[in-house]
Amino acid sequence: MLRVDRLSAWYGEAQALREVSMRVDEGEIVTLVGRNGAGKTTLLRCLMGLHGSYGRTTGTVSLADEDITGLAPHRRARRGLGFVPDDRGVYATLSVEENLLLPPVTKGSQEPWSLKRVYETFPPLRERRRFPGTKLSGGEQQMLALARVLRTGARLLLCDEPTEGLSPLIVQQIGEILREVKAAGVTVLLIEQNVHFAATVADRHYLLAEGRIVESLDNDQVREREHELLEYLGI
Amino acid sequence: MLQQAFNGLVGGAFYALLALGLSVIFGMLGVVNLAHGAFYMLGAFGAFVALDSFGLNFWLSLLLVPPLLGVAGIVLERLFIRRLTPLDPLYNFLFTFGLALILQDLVKREYGVSSQPYPRPPALDGTVDLGLFTYPAYQVFVLGVSVLMCVVVWVVLTRTRVGMIVRAATERPELTGALGIDVGRWVTPVFGFGIALAAFAGVLAAPMRAVNPLMGADLIITVFAVVVIGGLGSVFGSVAAGFAVGLVSALGNLYVPALSQILVFILMAVVLLWRPAGLFGREEAFR
Repeated sequence: MLRVDRLSAWYGEAQALREVSMRVDEGEIVTLVGRNGAGKTTLLRCLMGLHGSYGRTTGTVSLADEDITGLAPHRRARRGLGFVPDDRGVYATLSVEENLLLPPVTKGSQEPWSLKRVYETFPPLRERRRFPGTKLSGGEQQMLALARVLRTGARLLLCDEPTEGLSPLIVQQIGEILREVKAAGVTVLLIEQNVHFAATVADRHYLLAEGRIVESLDNDQVREREHELLEYLGI
Repeated sequence: MLQQAFNGLVGGAFYALLALGLSVIFGMLGVVNLAHGAFYMLGAFGAFVALDSFGLNFWLSLLLVPPLLGVAGIVLERLFIRRLTPLDPLYNFLFTFGLALILQDLVKREYGVSSQPYPRPPALDGTVDLGLFTYPAYQVFVLGVSVLMCVVVWVVLTRTRVGMIVRAATERPELTGALGIDVGRWVTPVFGFGIALAAFAGVLAAPMRAVNPLMGADLIITVFAVVVIGGLGSVFGSVAAGFAVGLVSALGNLYVPALSQILVFILMAVVLLWRPAGLFGREEAFR
């Protein structure tokens, strides 16, 4: 589904990513684990085509065997990339429902979620559909950000730490949604610091350090080394 | 006093129309369009030339001049502003400032600095009895049509998909692109529309204000204060602040004539001390 080949990125003179190569297969959930500043968010933004205004990049990114390296962000989105940014990206000037309806439905990828299905899955969004998006609680905003890209029928979700700062109950709920989405065939690349959570939802994990992928781990390895990883991540 | 308040609202209508365009352009492009006043002036001169050289009356000018200047704005955006946007904002600042000077001087060369006469449309030549006082019909028309224009823009912005995209792109341009919307495609028509609004205000001004090359430059400084008071990028704020500033300066004229020139800026300073993002601005705009 996603293939990244020797991707490097710079902020001015400072190199943030160093020849990152990785892949995510169709229907997989893969997490990126690493300390703050390891380059996780930069990597995700590069995949979405959002790094261009900050500095140069080299290397290639392909989605479903098509090279998307030079494409503008909106073209990547229309090819089925669903972006959930680290700050959730909920618009204050749009109502909850407008937030959901803003991104256009992409062609020929996953079955797009209907508004009805979004509201059935996330009842709080229906109750507050006329409220400004930012009047929702943090957890509800995260639901909104996820639902928004599911509604487009995106086939690969790029989620930047969806569980950050949320209560265990909501984290659990997000885990359920991710499993449901995976069962429907959607692929997910997830930034996650909560390694315990990561091991319960994901298939594989990449450990990023100083802009490089230093290790590729499976769930058993993550569970065995949970303490070591937590210590390394400084949590 | 009521009459003076009414004068203030009519003056505020021009501030509101100009601030509205300026605000939408700033929100969507991140460009402070210093040539906005020049397009207001060109609108008035457009009406003057249309009547003087082509015999087109006020109503036809009101219909034709704004779209024509809007198209000129679109060309401008495509040829110059778009290329300068990725650079430091200072480039577009200097470009639009220079453009304003060039446009002013071109008009000055052709028509000199003295004001050109422009008659009121005959249908609106009389006065209207507003109950408490009588008032020139044309001024009532200006107020009504400006309010109507602001309402139409408001409805389009809040109730249509285009408006939703403009709001989203104003708030978070980069994210809006990442959600599959080609923001660049909407930038050009929005710029053209903002310019057309300025020209519309210019045509409206022709029969009641002095039509001269500096009319825009005189007005635009106050309009910038209006936009800052309302909150940069806030459409509702610009309109509300436009009428409020008109009212404040008209009443200031009446009660504290000595302060009338600087009253608007005192108001701006007070608002900024109290709410740094303007009355209806959002703090996030400054991230």
